[in-house]
Formats: sequence, structure tokens, C-alpha cells
Amino acid sequence: MSCYDTLMDYGLRSIGIGERLLPKTDITLCDQFVLIGSGMIWNIYFAVFAMVLGFGLATLVAVGKASTSPWASVPAKAFIFVFRGSPLFIQFFLAYEIFVLIPKAGIDINLGFAIITAETRWLTKAWLGAVVVLFLNTSAYSGEIFYGALQSVPKGDVEAADAFGMSGFRKFRRIIWPAMLRLAWPSYTNEAIFMFHATTLVFFSGFPAWRQSGDALYYASYFADKTFNPFVSYPIIAVYFVAFTLLIIAVFGWANARLNRHIAPVQKVKFRFKPQFIR
Amino acid sequence: MEMCADPSSLEGINWWMCYLTTGKHQAFYASFGTVLLLLALTAPVVMVLGFSGAMARKSSIPPLRWLGMIYTNVVRGVPDIIFFLFVPIAMDQGIEYFRHRVKCPDVLEPIRQGNDFVVCTAAKMPLGSSPQWMHEAYGFSLALVAFALVFGAFAANTLYGGMNAVPRGQLETGEAFGMTQRQVFWRIQVPQMWVYALPGLTNLWMILIKATPLLFLLGVEDIVYWARELGGSKTSRFAYPHPDWRLYYFAFLLVFYLFMTWASEKVFARLTRKLSHGQATLGGEALKVTA
Repeated sequence: MSCYDTLMDYGLRSIGIGERLLPKTDITLCDQFVLIGSGMIWNIYFAVFAMVLGFGLATLVAVGKASTSPWASVPAKAFIFVFRGSPLFIQFFLAYEIFVLIPKAGIDINLGFAIITAETRWLTKAWLGAVVVLFLNTSAYSGEIFYGALQSVPKGDVEAADAFGMSGFRKFRRIIWPAMLRLAWPSYTNEAIFMFHATTLVFFSGFPAWRQSGDALYYASYFADKTFNPFVSYPIIAVYFVAFTLLIIAVFGWANARLNRHIAPVQKVKFRFKPQFIR
Repeated sequence: MEMCADPSSLEGINWWMCYLTTGKHQAFYASFGTVLLLLALTAPVVMVLGFSGAMARKSSIPPLRWLGMIYTNVVRGVPDIIFFLFVPIAMDQGIEYFRHRVKCPDVLEPIRQGNDFVVCTAAKMPLGSSPQWMHEAYGFSLALVAFALVFGAFAANTLYGGMNAVPRGQLETGEAFGMTQRQVFWRIQVPQMWVYALPGLTNLWMILIKATPLLFLLGVEDIVYWARELGGSKTSRFAYPHPDWRLYYFAFLLVFYLFMTWASEKVFARLTRKLSHGQATLGGEALKVTA
């Protein structure tokens, strides 16, 4: 079987398109590259959805934590403490157990949401359940980053806004929020990278892989188990991750340049790669 | 306890007392010790590795410097969960390969036969005949090495940054007193670097705490393993039947980790205060005013 055939058969296997059976014997380098790459679709999907949804909640959490009213700041602080203070791994397990219990408790209510397989409900599937956990997790981490940036918004900017007669939401949307984003962006880029790397935990904690379609690490460890050779599949997944990390840096770097386009070159906030992957 | 001899006759508080003191529960409590042991053993190794890495990066011998650079950057650039899965297998195979070469030189068949990794019986690690605790200890040590390698790279980076953050004037003063490079390094740079490295090290410690559930992935019987084992629903065939309680067990683990990070935060805050005394930093100045 040529590598092109492999690509056709297995390229989209992780999302259920193409050949069902995984190669069991005569595993070629091409098989490993294609299937691990196919699994990357899941990693990208998790990361993109969690980040996009998390961005909104993170802003809310940051504003909440900075608020003088305890009704807003206490819940925001508690939220950040719980999700940043415990391992993501445990959060996945706990969330899965909660999600398994919910439909059992109210089967009539949730029946409308049931997907094709009747025995499990949508939240217990990785495609939704894991996104919810990653979304809450990244909201807490980004919220803390945004809060830090919010505290260091230049006083002059806010005073200038006051002088222009801006107040309330308009001042926030036009002045404070862009300044906060600009200051937070380098750390937020790192957060995006961690979030992307954290997606590898999904199929290792709680959420079962359905029909053997998992993420990149799921396939990498499958190959390492089948061939007793960790020296091929793990470096392959590492290469994929390094490549996508560079892509994230490029995209976020472009956004950073845009956020800083009105700032004098010496004052621009620079991105520094500070990897800390485990959460 | 005698009253636990017949669990089916127990009720209420007695049932709970007996349930929570079963042998498996004691293993569960002991596994918290495993986690703490891992933290206690890893932290010093990480510091030594990190310090050596940082010194290598500062070294004037190019190959040593490159080694330090490669170590810190490669390990930090790849998701470490991949390292955690990779290092133990790679180490295990490396050790067995080496033992195979030494102990069975007369076996000529290749070790990698297609999809199999075959070594002679005498080279197995640990030996198939060795007791269960040996297997567990071996697995635990492999995990420890993986943790130390990954976190050593992070620590090396932090300590390297800390060393470089010591004000140049301090080092120049040492030089002006006629100290050698070595003396300047050990007597001036190293004692002063900690206050700069501490925020990074605090962060690293928090991450290390939160990384401990990964022991489960490495096959060590840690708290996650026991929480799953004990929480799973038990039918009436078991002495203590109960429905699926994994939720409560995991909630307990969550509380444990929250407590660990909360307590660490307190300890590190005190340490930072202590180290800031007499330092030429904002923190040090603030202490001078209050004192």
C-alpha cells in the first residue's frame, strides 16, 4: 500500500471518515505519520473551541476579580483558585463523573439532546465534555492573565478617557479593554500554547475514545504499545506539536503587532516563549 | 477491627467506620504518601539538575554550553506529557538492552524482532522472580527520573535567569576586591540569585504538584488509581456494596490538590519575605521601611 493510499484511508480516520480498522501488523512510518496527523484534528478542534469560548469568559472573570463589589470579585477569585489550583487531569476525571451522572438524574429532560448512540449522552462524549472542561480551565488561566494586565493599564490612558467624557462601558470597550489585551497578549500567547498542549490529556483522562478515534497522543501511544518502540511515534508527535506551536506563535505574533501598531517601538510588549505545559 | 468481621450486618456510622478502614482504603491513604514522596524526592533532584543545567549554560566551554542549551530548550519545547510517556519506556528499554548485552552475550538474535522487544530472561528488569514491591519501586523510580528530567530543564531555565538578574554592580564589586571568577560566582552571584529565581521556582513547584496525577499514566498505583478503583460501583458480591462513587473520590482529590497549592502559596510567600531582607529590590526596600 502506497503512502498516498494510506493518506486516503486514514487521513480523516480520527473523525470517523475512512478505514475503520487500525493497522495491527507491518506498521509503516507512513501509517504513523498519517494517523498521528489525523489525531491532531482533535487537538486543534479542542484548542480552538476552548480558546475562542474562553476568551469571553476570561474577560468577564478578569473584570469580576478587579471589581470592588464582593458579589463579583469573590466568585471570580474562587473560580480562578479552583481551576488554577488543581490539576487539569483531576478536573477531567471529575467532570466526566459529573457528566455521567447528569443524564441519569434527569433522563426525560435530556432525551431531546441524545445523539445517535442511545446509551451515552452528549456531554460524556469528548467532543463536547472535554471542550467544556478545557473552556473553563483556560478561562481561569486567561482570566488571571487579563486581571494582571487590567491592573497595569496606564493611568494616563484612563485619565485621558475621563477627560474625553467617556465613562462606563464605552470607556471600557474603547480604552481599557484594548490596553488590557495589548499588555496581556504575550502571556496570552503562552497560554494558547499551553492550552494546545494540554489537549493531549483528553483521551488519557476519563473521556473514552469512541471507535478508537482519539487525538494525536492516543495514536502515538497506540503505536508505541503495538511496536514496543517509543523511538518513532513519540518523536513524530513531538514534531507535529513543535510545528503547530510555531504556527500559534506566528498567528498570535501577527495579532500582537496589530494590537501594538500605535505604540512607539521601544514601548512595545514583546512575546517571550515561556513554556510550562502541565496544568 | 472485630466489629467489621461481618460488613452486611453493619449500619450507619459503624458501616462508614469499617468501610473507610478496609485494606484497600488504607492503600488509598498510603498512596497520598506516594505522591508526597515523589514530591519530596523530585524537588532536590530537580534543583541539582537545574543548577547543573544553568551552570552548563553559563560555562565558558562551548560543548558544555551547547549541552545546557539543548537540554533546556528541547525538553521545554515538547509537551511534557509526551516526555512522561516516552522517558520511562525509553529508559526501561535502554536498561534492559544494556543488561542483555552484559549478561547474555551468547544470545545472537536481534533484540528488535519486528514489533517485539526481546531480551533474555536474566536481563529482564526487574527480574520476573522478584517480589511485587520491587516491580512497584522500579516503576516509581522510572517515573521519578522522568519528572526530574522534565522539571530539571524548567528549573535550569529559571535559575539561569536568576543568575543573570543579579545586578552587574554586585559582581563588579567582587571583582574589584580581587576575587576570582569562581569566587564571584559562589560568594556573590549564587547567594543573591535566589530572590530573583524564587517567583519562577514557586511557579515550578505549583506545576510539579499539579503534575503528580500523571503518575497514574505511568502505571504507578497512585491516588488517581485508587480513587477509580475504590469509587467504581460495587455489586452485592462485595463486602461493602455501593453505587458509583467515583465522583466523591475525585472531588476529594480535587480538595487535596487545592489544599496543597494553597498551603504552598502561604509557605512561599513567607520564604519570599525572608529572602527579600537586605536585597536591593523593591521587596527588600519595602521590608526596610516596615522594620
